[in-house]
Amino acid sequence: MHSKSIVELGAALRAGEFSSVELTRHFIQRIERLDGDLNTLITTTPEQALVEAESADQAVKAGRAGVLTGIPIVQKDIFCTRGVKTSCGSKMLDSFISPYDATVVERLRQAGVVCLGKTNMDEFAMGSSNETSFYGPVRNPWDRERVPGGSSGGSAAAVAARLAVAATGTDTGGSIRQPAALCGVTGLKPTYGRVSRFGMIAFASSLDQAGPMTRNAEDAALLLQAMAGFDPKDSTCANEAVPDYSSTLEDSLEGLKIGLPREYFDAGLDPAVATSVEAAIEVYKRLGARVIDISLPNSGLAVPTYYVVAPAECSSNLSRFDGVRFGYRCKEPKDLEDLYKRSRGEGFGAEVKRRIMIGAYVLSAGYYDAYYLKAQKTRHLISDDFKQAFERVDVIMGPTTPTTAFGLGEKMDDPVTMYLNDIYTIATNLAGLPGISLPVEPVKGLPVGLQIIGNYFTEAKILNAAHRFQQETEWHRLKPDLSKQS
Amino acid sequence: MPLDHSDVEKIAHLARMALDESQIDAYAEDLSNILGLVEQLEAADTTDIEPMSHPLHMAQRLRFDEVTEEVRREKNQAVAPSVENGLYLVPKVIE
Amino acid sequence: MQWETVIGLEIHTQLATKSKIFSGASTAYGAEPNTQACIVDLGFPGVLPVLNERAVDMALKFGVAVGAEIASRSVFARKNYFYPDLPKGYQISQFELPIVGRGSLAIDLEDGSRKVIGITRAHLEEDAGKSLHEDFHGMSGIDLNRTGTPLLEIVSEPDMRSIKEAVTYARKIHQLVVYLGICDGNMQEGSFRIDANLSIRPFGQEAFGTRTELKNINSFRFMERALNFERERQIDLIEGGGKVLQETRLYDADRDETRSMRSKEEADDYRYFPDPDLLPVEIADQRLQSVKLSMPELPDQKRRRFESAYSLSPADALMLTQSRQQADFFEKVVGNGVDAKMAASWVTVELAGALNKVGLELPQSPVTAERLGGLLRRIADNTISGKLAKQVFEAMWNGEGDADQVIEAKGLKQITDSAQIETIIDKIIADNPKQVEQFRAGKEKLLGFFVGQVMKQTQGKANPGRVNRILLGKLKG
Repeated sequence: MHSKSIVELGAALRAGEFSSVELTRHFIQRIERLDGDLNTLITTTPEQALVEAESADQAVKAGRAGVLTGIPIVQKDIFCTRGVKTSCGSKMLDSFISPYDATVVERLRQAGVVCLGKTNMDEFAMGSSNETSFYGPVRNPWDRERVPGGSSGGSAAAVAARLAVAATGTDTGGSIRQPAALCGVTGLKPTYGRVSRFGMIAFASSLDQAGPMTRNAEDAALLLQAMAGFDPKDSTCANEAVPDYSSTLEDSLEGLKIGLPREYFDAGLDPAVATSVEAAIEVYKRLGARVIDISLPNSGLAVPTYYVVAPAECSSNLSRFDGVRFGYRCKEPKDLEDLYKRSRGEGFGAEVKRRIMIGAYVLSAGYYDAYYLKAQKTRHLISDDFKQAFERVDVIMGPTTPTTAFGLGEKMDDPVTMYLNDIYTIATNLAGLPGISLPVEPVKGLPVGLQIIGNYFTEAKILNAAHRFQQETEWHRLKPDLSKQS
Repeated sequence: MPLDHSDVEKIAHLARMALDESQIDAYAEDLSNILGLVEQLEAADTTDIEPMSHPLHMAQRLRFDEVTEEVRREKNQAVAPSVENGLYLVPKVIE
Repeated sequence: MQWETVIGLEIHTQLATKSKIFSGASTAYGAEPNTQACIVDLGFPGVLPVLNERAVDMALKFGVAVGAEIASRSVFARKNYFYPDLPKGYQISQFELPIVGRGSLAIDLEDGSRKVIGITRAHLEEDAGKSLHEDFHGMSGIDLNRTGTPLLEIVSEPDMRSIKEAVTYARKIHQLVVYLGICDGNMQEGSFRIDANLSIRPFGQEAFGTRTELKNINSFRFMERALNFERERQIDLIEGGGKVLQETRLYDADRDETRSMRSKEEADDYRYFPDPDLLPVEIADQRLQSVKLSMPELPDQKRRRFESAYSLSPADALMLTQSRQQADFFEKVVGNGVDAKMAASWVTVELAGALNKVGLELPQSPVTAERLGGLLRRIADNTISGKLAKQVFEAMWNGEGDADQVIEAKGLKQITDSAQIETIIDKIIADNPKQVEQFRAGKEKLLGFFVGQVMKQTQGKANPGRVNRILLGKLKG
């Protein structure tokens, strides 16, 4: 039951093969049994989930069931959920019970999903390994000594370990796609503005975007369908029609022009990962696609640009955590300054502090032009690279990450090495483009992700490309053997 | 540009974050390394390039002027660390 | 040494929108603490701002009124600093690209000349909350109701050369924003707050002296006193061999002094950058055109029209157009077909005086424009004399009906029947032979005595013109 996709489970629920309550109980038990050391969830909400499952069953009986009705999912703990702790992986919000629902949460609830809990994540989504979480690292279900990636590591690992059918994630520099790649699931970061950011705790406002993390592209299409669309509460949310993503999944790829950026296959790429990705490209060729060598000449600027833009925005976004209206407050502050400094000093972890400080520094008097303004200009260069590329090709493909999952603790002492893990994913956030990661042939038992980048608002196209690949291959059906480890 | 101990103290003050004295040097090293990475941008030619602060070329949407919020003080203050008579309490503000 | 004062003003006007600039919470003043601060105003995790359309239109209205450049594209920026009344740790404001660019406003100086004051810019921003300093066991209480109220900050050039000029300019801005209907102008409630930059320099010197910034002046009277104090302080300082420090100072009305603000001691580094939660504001021609079409007549235009259309003196026209309310009231009175000069005098003297005495504003006047017009019509058609009109006005003020009802009830109708007046006069002449003799001997001042007698006998109701004419005829005859 737990290995089925949304599409399969939805059909079974509507056919009355089992109820959503049964399905939900099954997942609750799996979580209780298996999540102990995987640590994918910060908060579980079994009672609430069963209430939601019951009402889903009623909807099924009444013939009002939609494609997501009764499907148990997990929400990244960055989305505000009314009445449920929303920690964002931080001590700062350990006691925060949100008084409201994020738009994504509201929409998925309306679509009838059942929420099993809130997933572990890097603190305030700042990290690529899920090791910066206040709630401890998530372990990769494929090898528990390795990281699941981050920041949506809990979501990726939960879907990979079949603790939920699907999950939500957010992606600021690769936080959906990178953990999806390292955990062997399908993760889609939509175009910036495709999904409302309201109620999603902001890391870097001009980069953050929510998206689905699923077993396959078909499920991703269904989840995105429910999440996407205009929201009057988010000024940056696009007022663009949402196409029916499922209806074009089967479209032929005959004549599809695939761009392979030579910068994404350079010396930094693990040769074994390269081989897997190249094998996947061969599948596309067989499906009738044409491969074109392209260049994204400013790719090397992406990581440095990102580490100005994202910290700058986060330093300001996280100023609201001051111990006054919500969140952690230090004990017995002796004056106002002490309240601020100790609440923030004690409430934030080291990586968050580093990024806040970098951000404050690059915006400060005398440095703004050299760092922040410069990065805004290089951001433009990076964006223009894609613009030019998409004049020649329909989609861009390459590896999602340079290597497979690395060991727990391996990169924690060296932030810069950690940052370079996002070298292939960061540029799309800077440009605001959609990207998907899907499993290809593993290397030494560890998942590898193929990244497909599309032009603005062409989620349907990259979902179509991903789905056709998954019809030809079985990589997305591989699952970790949870019994043999630890 | 490498940052030293006192630079980090200044930045931490700007960001109102207390740091453990013993960790300041480690932060100085990490932040300097990050800035070293960032300084690769210097080499990029950005003559005549417009700064980009948004991925999409959209204009700000305007909201109709109407009151849509209900009074929810109790709910909003349920998560506040210190409240009295509907006011948030902080150590004395001196102007 | 003779010192010249140089002043520039930054005026914060709260825009009279129903809801906040970035949220749907109410802007009404005086609610229970924190009941009008919604999760967006409180800066809850995950919330986002959406810009209020009316705030934009109001800013545009001001821009059009001062002939300013309107930015077709303006940008909101974050001003980052920590303070308990600032929930997000940043204020959403405009920095590099404000919505209203360079404009100007002419002020009238005492000597009758006009002076044009440059307006550097006007930008939209959100107001902060309030720290209440009453003691809560050594703590301060924070009320965030005001947070997110839209402000238009109007920045002038340092063009004013005296405290009088500065006050005149501030009053004129106040008059303008109230005329435009974009601000209620209530200074006590903080709807109109003035920050002043003041410096001094020896007459003839071109370079500006070091300025200080005086914060949050909330009445014109305090403004004058604060600027005077600060000017004297700077003169004393320089003449005593000292130097003016560039700093922010707070005016303490109780002590009538300015003092340095401790919290602002360290140099601020606001780390402005474009707010990524908001997109550039683009003003389409159509929006600007519709704002232009909705512009009310401005004070200066109205004044000129009053002078020409109603043949009023410049002084009367100025007085009447001081506020839009008063000008509208006047025009309603005149609409009753009465003489404009008479109406002007009644509105600005009798009515204004009566209102002032009891501390009422024009909209609360017990005598409406229609009723005042009705009264003036009865003066014009000689039903009552000007003198009795005041009595009628008083009765109307006390709610005794309209002018005709009062005249009827009190029997104040003027005696215009010449025969009736003649009879009374004949009797008076007969009763006062001595005075008649003196008058005829050349003591013409006694005419007043006779008029008085007539009025006494008629309780003031006799038409004075007729009384005079008949009296003179009989006495000289």
